Amino acid sequence: MSAASAEPIVDIRDVHQSFGKVEVLKGISLSVPKGGVVCIIGPSGSGKSTLLRCINGLVPIDQGSIRVADFYVHKLVTDQEKIALRKEVSIIFQQYNLFPHKTALENVMMAPVHVLKENKDEVRVRAVVLLKKVGLSAKADVYPGELSGGQQQRVAIARSLAMRPEVMLFDEVTAALDPETVKEVLNTIRELAQEGMTCMLVTHEMRFARELADVVYFTDGGVIVESGPPAELFDRPVKERTRAFLSQIL
Amino acid sequence: MSRLRWNDPLPQATDLPVLLPAAARLARNSAAQRATDAFSLHLLPAHGVALLVLFLIGCGWAEAQVQPGQPSILATLWKWTPVLLRGFLFNLAISAVAMAAGTIVGLFLGFAQISLLPPVRKGAWLTTHFFRNAPWLVLLFYCMFLLPFQVTAFGMTIPIPDWIKATLGLSLPVMANVSEIVRGAIQSIPTTQWESAASLAFNRRQTLWMIIFPQCIKRMLPPWMNLYAILTMATVLTSIVGVNEMMGLTRQALSAENRSGLLLAFYSYVLFWFFLYCYPIARWTVRLEARYAVND
Ligand SMILES: Nc1ncnc2c1ncn2[C@@H]1O[C@H](COP(=O)(O)OP(=O)(O)OP(=O)(O)O)[C@@H](O)[C@H]1O
Ligand SMILES: [Mg+2]
Repeated sequence: MSAASAEPIVDIRDVHQSFGKVEVLKGISLSVPKGGVVCIIGPSGSGKSTLLRCINGLVPIDQGSIRVADFYVHKLVTDQEKIALRKEVSIIFQQYNLFPHKTALENVMMAPVHVLKENKDEVRVRAVVLLKKVGLSAKADVYPGELSGGQQQRVAIARSLAMRPEVMLFDEVTAALDPETVKEVLNTIRELAQEGMTCMLVTHEMRFARELADVVYFTDGGVIVESGPPAELFDRPVKERTRAFLSQIL
Repeated sequence: MSRLRWNDPLPQATDLPVLLPAAARLARNSAAQRATDAFSLHLLPAHGVALLVLFLIGCGWAEAQVQPGQPSILATLWKWTPVLLRGFLFNLAISAVAMAAGTIVGLFLGFAQISLLPPVRKGAWLTTHFFRNAPWLVLLFYCMFLLPFQVTAFGMTIPIPDWIKATLGLSLPVMANVSEIVRGAIQSIPTTQWESAASLAFNRRQTLWMIIFPQCIKRMLPPWMNLYAILTMATVLTSIVGVNEMMGLTRQALSAENRSGLLLAFYSYVLFWFFLYCYPIARWTVRLEARYAVND
């Protein structure tokens, strides 16, 4: 693999972040090559969501550096600068957060039309294709309130894809879904990863992480305890803490 | 966990993390409730019945005092009805103008209350709370006596009639209440909507206009209609400062008739017209509230 020589698209170095007096991230470093798939696992409260939020500038960091493509995230101050970054980095949340007053198609079209100022008819064509890709052609004109959780989450993925981001961040996107619908959403993400989208996933789906990830990071208490290819991390964890976590979850 | 009393503030955190979303939602809803429900009009059919009974008692009372040769109470009421109704239309006109003006300014004030600039935010907060807590009658008097009776501009002298001043006076509390309705509605939208808009690279203004505010409208409609019904009833206050609306005309009619015993019949008759107008609005408000509560 040439990934080692290529410049990583996401480069995080020694990131510290705290909410008030509580230090949530205590020196996180990781990097993702272009087209790479990285999974982050770890117990609740270990700062996984916070890390993803830092990457697209929703949460400011106290120390360290984050670079995504050409953006030095820790140096972005104004809204405009952050907006430029967010055009390249999409985050998808556990709770889908679709806009309830817009149909599925409108949800997908909104950002490209109003943020990227693209031609509405062209965006519509692309949005229809994206909804088809996530298997929801029939639901284009339906409001989020009438969609199941899994369907809403797939619309949310299509909505992010419509921005043609370089990197997609997934924050426990299947955690609120029932086992049946988890599969639909995972299939969608699998396709994306296989098409070469750079993905960072926070997930509790260990089987999925094992199958898809190039590297798995295990975080606890705001630090990365251990990382490695899934086969190593899952089957031969080195650290005691990792072993304890995996034995609980598997 | 110790038990909460009904008036305790909701806990910011709970020791059961699964309850956090629900706790946040409850806190949000109750905040929105407090913001908009300061005085809510709960008109019931029973109120109409009570009013009717009052009216009948008033008529009986007046009828008992009819002197030989005088027309009956119903004939007297009938005679005055066209005049009184013209006054009532004036009440409605005042309420419509005050509502429109108060709503437009109140919208701006509400948005200013969530401004990111502290001076704007604090100024708007102060203005809102001053006019929201001042008694309506006091505001009315201020407008009547502080505003000039005419303005001279570009060599022209434009008189300001009393009813315009009174309408302005009523639009001030409307403005403050609309401001608070707007703020409450915006803050009742989950922060996750702001977050997901931000992550799609919307700026703050776009987020507010395209994503947050459209979701607010249906939450704002019931308290806004309730405010309108309250305002309509409050327009009778303008009679105190000499505007010839229904209440003022009633007083004039009573003194023209110069008969004892008409008071109760006439005033309950006036009330009845207001009830007739406000009751459907109140019912409709309740229906909307119930519908939105289910759909949320
Ligand atoms: N806005 C905030 N203000 C204050 N503290 C916060 C905030 N967001 C998160 N935290 C705290 O930061 C810590 C890490 O939270 P985070 O959501 O990143 O954890 P997580 O690893 O994603 O957990 P989970 O698996 O439960 O989602 C938690 O202790 C949380 O209470
Ligand atoms: Mg999380």
